[in-house]
Amino acid sequence: MHILAFLIRRLFQAVIVMLIISIIGFSIQDQLGDPLRELVGQAVSVAEREALRDRMGLNDPFWTQYLRFLGNAVEGDLGTSYFFKKPALKVILAKFPATFELVLGATFLFLSISIPGGVYCAIRPRSWLARFIMGGSIIGLSVPIFLTAIFLIWIFAVELGVMPSFGRGETVTMPWGWRTGFLTRDGLLHLVLPSITLASIMLPLFLRLIRAEMMEALGTEYVRFAWAKGLAPRRIWFVHAFRNTLLPVVTIGGLQIGTLIAYTILTETVFQWPGMGFLFLEAVNRVDTPLIIAYIIVVGLIFVVVNTIVDLVYTLINPMVKLPGAQG
Amino acid sequence: MLSARAFTRRFFGDPTAVGAFVIVAAVVAMVVSAPWLAPQNPYDPLQIDIMDSEMPPSWVAGGDERFLLGTDAQGRGVLSTIMYGTGVSLLIGFGAVVVQAFIGISLGLIAGYRGGWIDAFLMRLADIQLSISTLMLAIIALAVFSAAFGPEAYAKLAIFMLIAVIGIAEWPRFARTVRASVLAEKKKEYVDAARVIGLSPGTIMRRHILPNTMTPVLVISTIQVAEAIVTEAALSFLGLGMPVNRPSLGALIRSGFEFIFSGSWWITLFPAIMLMLLILSINLLGDFMRDTLNPKLRRGDE
Repeated sequence: MHILAFLIRRLFQAVIVMLIISIIGFSIQDQLGDPLRELVGQAVSVAEREALRDRMGLNDPFWTQYLRFLGNAVEGDLGTSYFFKKPALKVILAKFPATFELVLGATFLFLSISIPGGVYCAIRPRSWLARFIMGGSIIGLSVPIFLTAIFLIWIFAVELGVMPSFGRGETVTMPWGWRTGFLTRDGLLHLVLPSITLASIMLPLFLRLIRAEMMEALGTEYVRFAWAKGLAPRRIWFVHAFRNTLLPVVTIGGLQIGTLIAYTILTETVFQWPGMGFLFLEAVNRVDTPLIIAYIIVVGLIFVVVNTIVDLVYTLINPMVKLPGAQG
Repeated sequence: MLSARAFTRRFFGDPTAVGAFVIVAAVVAMVVSAPWLAPQNPYDPLQIDIMDSEMPPSWVAGGDERFLLGTDAQGRGVLSTIMYGTGVSLLIGFGAVVVQAFIGISLGLIAGYRGGWIDAFLMRLADIQLSISTLMLAIIALAVFSAAFGPEAYAKLAIFMLIAVIGIAEWPRFARTVRASVLAEKKKEYVDAARVIGLSPGTIMRRHILPNTMTPVLVISTIQVAEAIVTEAALSFLGLGMPVNRPSLGALIRSGFEFIFSGSWWITLFPAIMLMLLILSINLLGDFMRDTLNPKLRRGDE
């Protein structure tokens, strides 16, 4: 079997992408921050500075410094945040649960609407409800995500006063250190508006995707054969057609991870949601270089891991895919 | 291909397209005439009075008839800032698309005409870049630039940075479209004829193939302008784009956002309506062009 060859090739690609991201990260550090100034301030003489630079290896050639940076990064050391005075990676990872729960909440929302909606629009494409849903999805695609957020805050937090407009609310710390907002009423209330915002932009994308894939599945030979056999419509729609739309939806959906991360930055900024994206923008405003680089590397890693997994799953499950790495 | 006459006939037969065109044309006219028509010049400190700040629209109690749509926190008339700010948004949108088109068309022509490893390399690069998402790329690039230059220097460069970053991040859409047309055109006889009479590849690409790829380029350009305006607005809203003293629509929405909580909704609402109206009209116009000129081109998913 050539699956192993494909696997190795795909992992190799992932490592190369991570190396490129780390070079970019290191060049930023090289250009942006002078670690010495952060350490000693102005009161140290030029000669002492030079000696210290030598000792810290700041005068070494670019590649020597890069390799040292890479070695530290692999061990999980991405430098110390100037503002928090703590390891940058730790600061970022402490914010991960907030972002993850926001994405989870949004995913739950948009999947529970886009799947039935998309399937319905594919089964009854000419009904007025399907036309209404499709029209609505075009408008949904045209409204920028930060405007959705602002309108939600204005209506539900300012005018009606029924929803909190910023922060995560009350959280519970799990035994393994994960702070969750899922277990308190206050935490769940705070999650509502941000999840709706994030879902509002993914919902039309997925709805249209599911509809398109479902319509394609409904037009295939085996579905027509199932009709000819006289199976119940419900069984044909959900067992025969819908199950076959899942794979493309998962793959194309998984490849949207870059877009999703960008939208979490916008959502978190509007709602001051204490996640990684909000932290990143604060780090930019404070020119907290180690934190900026740590964010880029963590997000790059998430992006590469998700993409690789999606690719592998797609290739391993779908028998119709020809393995690109296994041709010779 | 459609004749100019048939195109006009279709256009006037489609009320949505006509409506969208009228709105876009009206917005452009408003922007161009802003220096003469705007009640006030929001860039001129002499015309701004801080005593006028946060006044509601003139039809609301407490409003002033000098400021039809109210004023913002610095005493600038919202109507005037919108008239000038829309211009900044449109300028960045068009500028970015010009950059996208230039890079994308050049690389698309080379990839399609040369083929081989150049083609494989460029298209793989395009795949990778599309999967990262423009907004993500732009946020990180601009975050690094603004941290490197410092806020004052960055504010002066912002407009060029936005055009460059949005322009470079979105080239794959043009490159893919042009490449696909080139592959189809390359096989035709006129290209063989041009080659036989000894024209150089550069001349064949520019003078003979390029004009025949212009229809799809025109179609995606329209939609790309709308996308570039949205991206710019999002970046400015995050504080990575235009500064407060030379705001685009996104920067106006950002500066008004915090005043929603104190009840001054007009500072945010009117620029937001302008932004949505503009994007929706350009998108509808783009959809019409796609359906009329090139039914095969699907939007967003290639």
